[in-house]
Amino acid sequence: MSEVALPRDDTHPRRFPVGWIVAGVVALAVLVPYAAPDSFGWAKTYPARWIVPISDWLKAFLFWLSRDLSFGLFTFKDMTRFVSGLFGYALEVPKALFSSGVTFGDEEGAFHIPRLSWAGLIAAVTIWSYLLGGVRLAVLGLLGFFYILVFGQWDSAMVTLSQVILAVLTGVAGGIGLGILAYRVPRLEGTVVAALDFMQTVPTFAYLVPLVFLVGVGPVSGMLATILYAMPPMVRVTMMALKRVPPELDELARMTGCEPKQALWKVLVPSARDDLLVGVNQVIMLTLNMIIIAAMIGAGGLGFDVLNALRQANGLGKGLEAGLAVVALAIVLDRMSRALVELRPVHGAAAARRRQLFWIGLAALLACTLLSFVFPVLEKLPAEYRISTGNMWSDVVSWVNVNLFSTADAIRTFLLMNLLVPVKTFLIGFPWIGLLAVVAGGAWALGGWGFALGMTALIAFIPVAGLWERGMTTIYLCSISVVIATLVGLPLGFLGSRSERMHKFLGAMCDTLQTLPSFVYLLPVVMLFRIGDVSALVAIVLYAMVPAIRFTDHGLRRVPPSLQEAGTMAGCTGTQRLAKVELPYALPEIMLGVNQVIMMALSMLVVSSFVGTNDLGKQIQVAISQADPGKGLSAGLAIAFLGILADRMIGRWVATRRERMGL
Amino acid sequence: MALVSPASEIAPDVAPIPVSPAKVRAAADAPPALICRNLWKIYGANADAFLRANPIPTPAEVRAAGLFAAVRDATLEIRQGEIFIIMGLSGSGKSTLVRCLSRLVEPTAGSVFYEHQNLLRMTPAELIQVRRHKMGMVFQNFALLPHRTVLGNVAFPLEVQGMGKAEREARALQMIELVGLAERAGYYPRELSGGQQQRVGIARSLAVEPALWFLDEPFSALDPLIRHEMQNEFLRLQRMLSKTIVFITHDFDEAIRLGDRIAIMKDGAIIQVGTAEELVLNPASDYVSAFTRHVARGKVLTAGGVCVPVHPGETLAAAVPASALVAEVAESVLASEAPAAVVDADGMIIGKLERATVIANLVGGVQ
Repeated sequence: MSEVALPRDDTHPRRFPVGWIVAGVVALAVLVPYAAPDSFGWAKTYPARWIVPISDWLKAFLFWLSRDLSFGLFTFKDMTRFVSGLFGYALEVPKALFSSGVTFGDEEGAFHIPRLSWAGLIAAVTIWSYLLGGVRLAVLGLLGFFYILVFGQWDSAMVTLSQVILAVLTGVAGGIGLGILAYRVPRLEGTVVAALDFMQTVPTFAYLVPLVFLVGVGPVSGMLATILYAMPPMVRVTMMALKRVPPELDELARMTGCEPKQALWKVLVPSARDDLLVGVNQVIMLTLNMIIIAAMIGAGGLGFDVLNALRQANGLGKGLEAGLAVVALAIVLDRMSRALVELRPVHGAAAARRRQLFWIGLAALLACTLLSFVFPVLEKLPAEYRISTGNMWSDVVSWVNVNLFSTADAIRTFLLMNLLVPVKTFLIGFPWIGLLAVVAGGAWALGGWGFALGMTALIAFIPVAGLWERGMTTIYLCSISVVIATLVGLPLGFLGSRSERMHKFLGAMCDTLQTLPSFVYLLPVVMLFRIGDVSALVAIVLYAMVPAIRFTDHGLRRVPPSLQEAGTMAGCTGTQRLAKVELPYALPEIMLGVNQVIMMALSMLVVSSFVGTNDLGKQIQVAISQADPGKGLSAGLAIAFLGILADRMIGRWVATRRERMGL
Repeated sequence: MALVSPASEIAPDVAPIPVSPAKVRAAADAPPALICRNLWKIYGANADAFLRANPIPTPAEVRAAGLFAAVRDATLEIRQGEIFIIMGLSGSGKSTLVRCLSRLVEPTAGSVFYEHQNLLRMTPAELIQVRRHKMGMVFQNFALLPHRTVLGNVAFPLEVQGMGKAEREARALQMIELVGLAERAGYYPRELSGGQQQRVGIARSLAVEPALWFLDEPFSALDPLIRHEMQNEFLRLQRMLSKTIVFITHDFDEAIRLGDRIAIMKDGAIIQVGTAEELVLNPASDYVSAFTRHVARGKVLTAGGVCVPVHPGETLAAAVPASALVAEVAESVLASEAPAAVVDADGMIIGKLERATVIANLVGGVQ
């Protein structure tokens, strides 16, 4: 609170010590409800009669959307039906290609066109990986797809892959289109950016709720949710990429007499290739992440296998196998699409070789598929050739249960008794007036009265919408995870900034951690800590730790050498230099990392409600199963508001701090 | 080229000194090709309303209105076939001026005439046609399209016009040969050195055979040795092509080497227009003389520019042409005791060049 107490401008002392007054009011708001629970009970527990039925309103609104809204020629319902029908048909193409093949006629005279052969696909992936990234990538691609094949995950993986392909194509095309629109029409830019900000803070699950309601359960709503989730970054990347095209290239287009269309497609978009491909990589990874989660609403594929395993008491072994298949798919797709970014145009013999490799890969794919007309084994690997480690994994799980149970359980109990339960009890029992006052006071110190008003309105949503208990559970889990993730990430980032080897190792580790869809984190955690808050906590920490490491490493590396030398020459010991020179300099950067940690923790929180937390995420999950869009949306909004709150407050602090340091 | 007719009446035994010019000077009486009059570019809100209310504001008035004048009241006549240099330090408005001339930037007021047409009155469609067929531009940072080969880059302006593939590639290849990159036609820009990249930029700007050629600091991003080589290359091309050229630079030495005439800009205004020699001999302001102070005067001043009247009956040595640079004739002038005769293109004596003058102009810029 010392920030609050300090006058904001030393050179012009205020007449009133406003800071002290604000601090006093905040203290009163927190302490009075505790001190006099009888007369100020309303200030401690939010009175039920004050709750605004926001969920009901949202529900009524969605009902109105789906029943009554009409655009004259067609209704909203017609529109959603049309869109889902369209995607339903579109999905048939990759599905037939990768997963089911096409069968004409009835059982008697059925004529079956096989799907793409596994042998062909593995060959093509290997050859194309070689083209993109040399031997290492080829080995990776080969191993990844080979794992999926021999461990019997091929069918599920191809369902997932066909959905990924359609979702990525749509997401990329839509993202580039919207990005171009926002770039071309400056008036739209502000609106688009605001919409993107909001969409990226709303947790993934919240998308599922209204979609289930409007479109129904099934692969199509899974696809639509995925596209909605994965497209915003592409829009953003496109806008940024087009803005980063050197102005001279724009001038070149005009000086050579390009019409606007020519300028766009012949000059601007191709020049932005690298940045756009980075966006494509993001879309692929987000798509995979979401399509796994979308198994909840019937997307099927690998996600379904993982989900199913989580739901069954002793299915963990199978679940781990499917989870590893997700990991394999994610890593191969990620590395291949990244290698594509790095692939620079070449001329002459090198270019010819590239073309050759591309065609060889395609030829292998087609040849194997054609051969599978004759040899069905090439279409579907018979079960006797597959290996299942399901039993082995079950054994591992049992072994873990037997041998690690006491240790894990001890850790679990210790954490629960000494950290989780006390904090949770404290936060749920915290006066709601006090929470509002703390947020208002902090926001005032950071950005003045208007800012304080906006931030308080965001936090007020939680009690007002009647989400106090679940909201505070969310805040409690989120804050503990963020603190732990930061405490783990900071020293790791520090080590990374000191040694090149550590830097490389951490880089590779972070890359892999970020590649994994959030869902897979739950499997090993549940294996060790079972259902409950501790599992959620560990999964969140693992998932959200990456930015803390990255930003600390990066922030400390950016400290100018001259500053470090100045510190050394002033006689600092190593620790003093770190504490007094480097950390303060890198702090804004590190705080941006913490901001990211919070965002990732919030999104993981929703996913981890699967392992039995009782927070806002749980409410969304319940809402999905009950098809109650109002509840799901209001919980989603509450999480989004928490995210925006943290983002704005930290952003404001970082901006002030940087300005003060003249950065 | 024999520039000197022997001045036999003075010293019949002295052979004329052969001199080859560094560049072909455009005729001073060539008709103007590009004219701009009272051109203004003011940035800020309601700049045109401000200028309508006060057509010739002082810099102070512009600043008081919260505006910024990048180009102030620029009037120029650029002649057919000349290399016209716009020279100024960064922030002087030279880049904005050349962008106003090509209408990449919309001027706030004034007129730009090219071939008797006001560019500023043209519709977007007309402008596209003029740019496709009449103008070429070379950019400071090359502005090559990274996804196209050298051939693809040079053929690009032709492709935009809608020319067929075979024809445009044949034409592009000619241009690539012209700049000496035939071996590299299949390369991508990132595989080329800076100098090679700018050769591609030059070839591309010439592909449509423009009559009007804009070069925006084309050699500034290159290191000095390459820059020198590219300047020679540029002069070679211009000897072959005789374009009307607007060349931007911040380097006065480059301006002198390449330019027929030079316009010096400061704070958005054109301070002086003239040949290098005129700028050195009669600087319009201290600002201009500050530029010219460190110039190797011997390489700028001509014998005709620094000669003094001849006294009747004076003995003169070898004849030097009035258009020759002092540095070029220095050796022969210094070799003889007597001052050299300076003769015009018809062989008439217009003055004498004294040894002291030569030495003064060779030794230092500073007077």
